[in-house]
Amino acid sequence: MPKSNINTRSISYAEAINEATRQLMSQDESVFVLGIGVDDPRGIYGTTSNLSREFGQDRVVNMPLAEDAITGIASGSSMAGMRPIVVHERMDFMLLAMNQLINVAAKSHYMYGGAVKVPMVVRSIIGRSWGQGAQHSQALQSFFMHVPGLKVIAPTTPYDAKGALVASIKDDNPVIFIEHRMLHNYKGQVPKDLYSVPFGKARILRAGHDITIVGISHAMVECIRAAKSLATSSISAEVIDPISLSPLDVQTICESVEKTGNLLIVDNGWTTCGASAEIMSLVIENVQGQDKVNMKRMGFEFVTSPTTKILEDLYYPDSRRIAKAGYDLLMGKETDWEPDVQESPEIDEFKGPF
Amino acid sequence: MKNENRKSNKTKLINNLYKSLYRIRTIEEKIALIYPTDQIKSPVHLSIGQEAVTVGACAALLEADVVFGTYRGHSLYLAKGGDLNGMMAELYGKSTGVAGGKGGSMHLVDTNRGIMGMSAVVATTIPQAAGYAYAFKVMKQNNIVVSFFGDGATEEGVFHETLNFAALKKLPMIFVCENNQYAVLSHQSERQSNTNIAERASVYGMHSEKIDQNDPYTIYEKVNWARNQIIEKGRGPFFFECMTERYREHVGPSERDDIKTLSAEIVDPLQQLSKLVSSDFKQNVFKEVDLELKQAINFAEKSAFPAKDSLYKDVYA
Repeated sequence: MPKSNINTRSISYAEAINEATRQLMSQDESVFVLGIGVDDPRGIYGTTSNLSREFGQDRVVNMPLAEDAITGIASGSSMAGMRPIVVHERMDFMLLAMNQLINVAAKSHYMYGGAVKVPMVVRSIIGRSWGQGAQHSQALQSFFMHVPGLKVIAPTTPYDAKGALVASIKDDNPVIFIEHRMLHNYKGQVPKDLYSVPFGKARILRAGHDITIVGISHAMVECIRAAKSLATSSISAEVIDPISLSPLDVQTICESVEKTGNLLIVDNGWTTCGASAEIMSLVIENVQGQDKVNMKRMGFEFVTSPTTKILEDLYYPDSRRIAKAGYDLLMGKETDWEPDVQESPEIDEFKGPF
Repeated sequence: MKNENRKSNKTKLINNLYKSLYRIRTIEEKIALIYPTDQIKSPVHLSIGQEAVTVGACAALLEADVVFGTYRGHSLYLAKGGDLNGMMAELYGKSTGVAGGKGGSMHLVDTNRGIMGMSAVVATTIPQAAGYAYAFKVMKQNNIVVSFFGDGATEEGVFHETLNFAALKKLPMIFVCENNQYAVLSHQSERQSNTNIAERASVYGMHSEKIDQNDPYTIYEKVNWARNQIIEKGRGPFFFECMTERYREHVGPSERDDIKTLSAEIVDPLQQLSKLVSSDFKQNVFKEVDLELKQAINFAEKSAFPAKDSLYKDVYA
């Protein structure tokens, strides 16, 4: 990621999404945005704000509440040469569009023998906190990783959010672009110009040599905090953000694991049949027979997301539990080590309603 | 236009409709004959009996107009000008098939002829057709999209979602329901509280009509009129419910169990058209279709199966 210079400035993740969309819409007339509420006064947390003023309502289409049709309309328009960006305010709502995504969009290029292309981006936002609960906080990345024909990308930083969205819009395939509500207000250095963050390339956010920690989406933020806690006990954690979940850069993860001998994967999602299961399987297939490697996965507790904060806090892996799990993995046993408390302002300061 | 001209144009059109319908009927009957030999290892959903809808509608379309269809798609594919060799080879699973042997009978496509694909999941191409029509509208391209689907599709949620959007955005498209009254073996009356599909469509705020005659000329006239309304007056969308009959079972080559008892009541569109066409014209059509079909079967049989490494081709664009 770039250091601050004259061509970069600090903007939020949501602003980075908006900027990538606006710049590509200016550059390419075939790019358009559609979704429920994309042209309302809130503009999907600012990510689509003011776009219709600049590009008109034909290119920023406030859609009826019809997720399945929206997805089919997007793929049909993409077959005609357009580049639609579908936006879902919550990832949970994508379940209403699974037929068009899985049965149609993911398969069209292959089942028509390459005769058609379906370039489309489906942005979706994972919710959390302030009582989002059962149906507003699901993280379904593994559903989409399971299906050939789809690409899946879940950037964590504002820099990667902009670059990954540019890459997604320019890609000729259906791309599931995963955001997290707790990341939208995060600020970081972002270049003014257009640039792409490629699919299939992980980013080492913090170099280390004792333990490899892989964090997905918002879990990455907690992993960075956990790495700081571990550092107070002289443990050096290497923190990797896969960014692109399908295709997945397993090589970068394996190289790190070969160095550290310890792997902790923290998903912003359930572990059962999840992204963490896939990553761990791939690592095992690659490093088995070599040196001994200790491995552990963490993710949402295997329950439905509760609303009340006291239970919600138990549901998500936090930096304290991540640090502790990392420490115990290294020690090879349960210890009574207690990490420093790291604050999570994006969660503590978040005020709803949504 | 002078009366004579009009009459000769109509004769030409009737001849073309006859030829198109005869050709499709003959090709599908041949497919039914080949099917038991197991050379076509793909489920086939034959259109025999209901070809009039796609034949009539496509006669009103230009090559650059776009159609989306269903797994019962041979008739639409051929009526819109899809390549017969490519279709037969696709049924045989050969590399020269329109989808390189990866789509089969249910996923025919020919983008050069505006045939944008057919889906094996009921109702799924309806929103895609609307999306394509939206692109036409935004890109100001003077063409239309026609979405073909069956009566069963009108029970799906996405059908209603799409009608609402298409009417809201006044899309340049025509919805054509091929109502053969059956979803596999379940009759429409077992599935719909109001079996008047055209009436149900009309409440979304679009011109909607039921066409009772299983007659390609009537369907041509209606679709041609609607197309002109869209192109010249910017009206749209339009909806036509076309009553028709499927003579064969849902999938496979056999006749429906009840078809013999029904056949006295059924007015077959090919027989009807046949009365309006000269025997010289018919003789030529017989010869032409016979030759074309033989060549296509030969092409399919002689073509190679796909190379093994093509398994991994076209997963991503």
